[in-house]
Amino acid sequence: MKKPHDEDMLKYTPFHSRVKAMCQTNDWTLWAGYTTPNSYENIELEYFAARNSTGVFDLTPMTKYRISGPDSEAYMNRLVTRDVRKLKPGRVGYTVWCNDAGMVHDDGTIFHLSEGVYRLCAQERCMDWLQCSAMGFDVEIIDETEAVAGLAVQGPTSCATLRKMGLEGLQNLKPFGITTFPFNDGELTVSRTGYTGDLGYELWIAPQHAEALWDALFEAGKDYMIRPMGSEALGLVRIEAGFIMAWEDFVPAEQMVRHGRARSPFELGLGWLVDFKKGHFTGRKALLQEQQNGSRYRFVKLDVDGNKPAEHSFILNKAGDVVGHVTSAAWCPTAKSNIALASLEMPWGADDDELFAEIYYTRELHWTRLLSPCKVLNGPIYEPERRRMTPAPNY
Amino acid sequence: MTNSNYDAIVIGAGHNGLVCASYLAKSGRKVLVVEAAATAGGAAASREFAPGYTVSSGAHLLTQLNPKVASDLALQRHGLKLAASDLKTVALGQDGKHVIFNGANLSGVSAQDQSAYAAFYQQNLKFAKVLNGFFSKRPPTLVDRSLGDTLSLLKLGWDVRTLGKQDMQDLLRVGLINIYDVANEHFDSELLKAAVSMDGVLGSHMGPRSPNTVYGYLYRRLGDFYGMKGPAVVAGGMGTVGAAFAAAAEAAGAEIRYNSAVARVDMDDCRAVGVVLESGETISARTIISNADPKTTLGKLVGYPQLDAGFSRRVHNFRARGVSAKLHLALDELPRFTGLDTANTGDRLLLAPTMDYIELAFNHAKYGEYSQAPAMEINIPTVHDSSLAPPGKHVLSAIVQYAPYELKGGWDSGHEAFKEIVLDKLEAYAPGIKNLVSTSELSTPRDLEAEFGMTGGHWHHGELSLDQALMMRPMPGATQYATPVDGLYLCGAGAHPGGGVMGLAGRNAAREVIRQEKAA
Repeated sequence: MKKPHDEDMLKYTPFHSRVKAMCQTNDWTLWAGYTTPNSYENIELEYFAARNSTGVFDLTPMTKYRISGPDSEAYMNRLVTRDVRKLKPGRVGYTVWCNDAGMVHDDGTIFHLSEGVYRLCAQERCMDWLQCSAMGFDVEIIDETEAVAGLAVQGPTSCATLRKMGLEGLQNLKPFGITTFPFNDGELTVSRTGYTGDLGYELWIAPQHAEALWDALFEAGKDYMIRPMGSEALGLVRIEAGFIMAWEDFVPAEQMVRHGRARSPFELGLGWLVDFKKGHFTGRKALLQEQQNGSRYRFVKLDVDGNKPAEHSFILNKAGDVVGHVTSAAWCPTAKSNIALASLEMPWGADDDELFAEIYYTRELHWTRLLSPCKVLNGPIYEPERRRMTPAPNY
Repeated sequence: MTNSNYDAIVIGAGHNGLVCASYLAKSGRKVLVVEAAATAGGAAASREFAPGYTVSSGAHLLTQLNPKVASDLALQRHGLKLAASDLKTVALGQDGKHVIFNGANLSGVSAQDQSAYAAFYQQNLKFAKVLNGFFSKRPPTLVDRSLGDTLSLLKLGWDVRTLGKQDMQDLLRVGLINIYDVANEHFDSELLKAAVSMDGVLGSHMGPRSPNTVYGYLYRRLGDFYGMKGPAVVAGGMGTVGAAFAAAAEAAGAEIRYNSAVARVDMDDCRAVGVVLESGETISARTIISNADPKTTLGKLVGYPQLDAGFSRRVHNFRARGVSAKLHLALDELPRFTGLDTANTGDRLLLAPTMDYIELAFNHAKYGEYSQAPAMEINIPTVHDSSLAPPGKHVLSAIVQYAPYELKGGWDSGHEAFKEIVLDKLEAYAPGIKNLVSTSELSTPRDLEAEFGMTGGHWHHGELSLDQALMMRPMPGATQYATPVDGLYLCGAGAHPGGGVMGLAGRNAAREVIRQEKAA
């Protein structure tokens, strides 16, 4: 019998046999052309694994580009807003890249794998933009999304689990560092990076070793309460950590249809990623102008009263005018806060502004409207000490 | 060595660069023009191509020189002398039955075509007037307009509206379509239609059926509006035009340095601050204005890495594929074209029997081949100016289409074969001409690119089509002479309104520089 259409169309990650075996909810979604689980068993359990023991997330569908060649450093520096010259080999940097108008295409991480060899890891596919940016540079750009399988291993016992698996010395890897270990007859690349705001690692390996890696990892993690997590639980931890996400908190500029809907780094609270001193980069002139003339929006983290998530809420000022909207929101169990990420029109969102989230929720067909007071949070919401500790604690 | 005494440096002593330099110098600025060649004028050049024989090696006729620029710069006082003006245009018939254009008057066609052409001519004169108004200003941007931009757009709208209902409708209707349909609509004579089409496609990677060819036609009608009943032959060749512009610029106070090719624009903190010559010398100035084409200026002299990626893509995609070759012949005596009165031999001769002939010639170029039966614009300047050749001898100059810049198999192998095709075609119209040839030279777009530094060997520094014209010229982000690179402006044919020896791009650019520096 012919396979159903969707099974022909969708790709499976190299971990799929293991993922499928553990996915009890049978709750699948489409992510960048891959079949991936929303959840495995229970979202709360998966969330608490990432916060209290170890959560494992298959991030193979993340788009990965390998950029090398004599001009790779200059190329990367012109592409992104940060000064890539400061990113030493063996280090990872978080950054954004913009279009000419200074609007964010995407955010992601740059892995400086070895001298002059970079991996750009992003949510969106952007080969067209990377190629168009390559004019005038001697670089080679390869899409290695399918050639590199990735697992995020996140949580307090992640280091202990990986050491048990045989990665001795991993505790000495600094945050945003990269190292490699032999694995079977291949090489396992480990970076101390993640999307959870906690101690955690990302493992990168050739697809043929993927299943063996998964098996070894879960075997080693047995006593450390290891658990796979789906995208729902990941969504919760990333909001708690205050990290933004494409399509939720901003529209990738290259895919925006309606004029003016994209956001600049300043408008996403990422002004710290913009380095005007490093020389030319795409969007520089527009961003300089924005810095002088002021931004249109302010991106804020809000602590919302009560425990009803302010998803899709309008944000009102004291007079009742709409001054913005929530882009992502969740009740965050570990921070014990009702967190909302919001885009506000300037000048709203200054520290002493009184703001309210207009929340609608239903209980058994009974709708309630809340105007919950919000407080702008300036510091991190969730940031355990172990996130930055080296050597990493061995729980 | 760094020299920083200048307010402005103009890259390239082409006519627009010199016009720009003149106006800037007149405004009191200290201006330096740096030129790669040993003479001024760019593609308005004269060159001895055989001992004793000199030819206009780029543009060969003066068609649409803006009279305001000419009088502001006192070009006549600075040596511009016409050997002949108001040339007739002769659409050559191989059988000796020619159609002759003398301003609005035609001979060789039916009375009906004569009156149709007279009406067509008058209407296009009105359209040319509208264009000239718009050509003489900085083009407005379409988004984020300033008040001045809005006024420019309103003025354009007003000029179009006041054409009257019929003419307005006609302009809006034909402005975007092709010359093939328009010519068919008005005329019967094949030769007449072909001659009209030639004006629509000369210098462009287009055939009569290509959209935008009406715009190309109207562009050449600027000369009619300026009161020229036909093109002019310049005494001494077009190099005299270049020399006159150079003399005017120097008289205005600008300094010109020849044999000084620019290697790159000098940048500091993402701003253009000078030029670095190929000799290694750096010269700095507050403002840099480039008469080089947009691809050369932005893609090479500045370099894509110094531009935003999206803008780089626009520069890269700017269409500048030349298809016009130049043929230069040294002739032992004046050739005789079948059935042509010798009095007309010095006129502008068009070799293109029908519109389909031109379209078929263009078909080859689309696929990277040269035309098997090329179309030509021919002039024999020595009829009017004997100084260009030894006594009794003559020089023939022709623009030959189509010769694609990217020739399948390359021009090294195709060059001689194409020249033979061109000569054979001439022979068919002027029997015996091949025997008169003592030296022949064919400059392909590649040769023209090398000689004049124009990308693609394209006269207009880039295709003149509506997606690259007016407020879109050369590309969004650089449409008002200023480029995204602070301190760097464009003033050449790649800028609005475009090329042809007209001078408006240079003048508009100078005015924009002055305006912006005042605002800063």
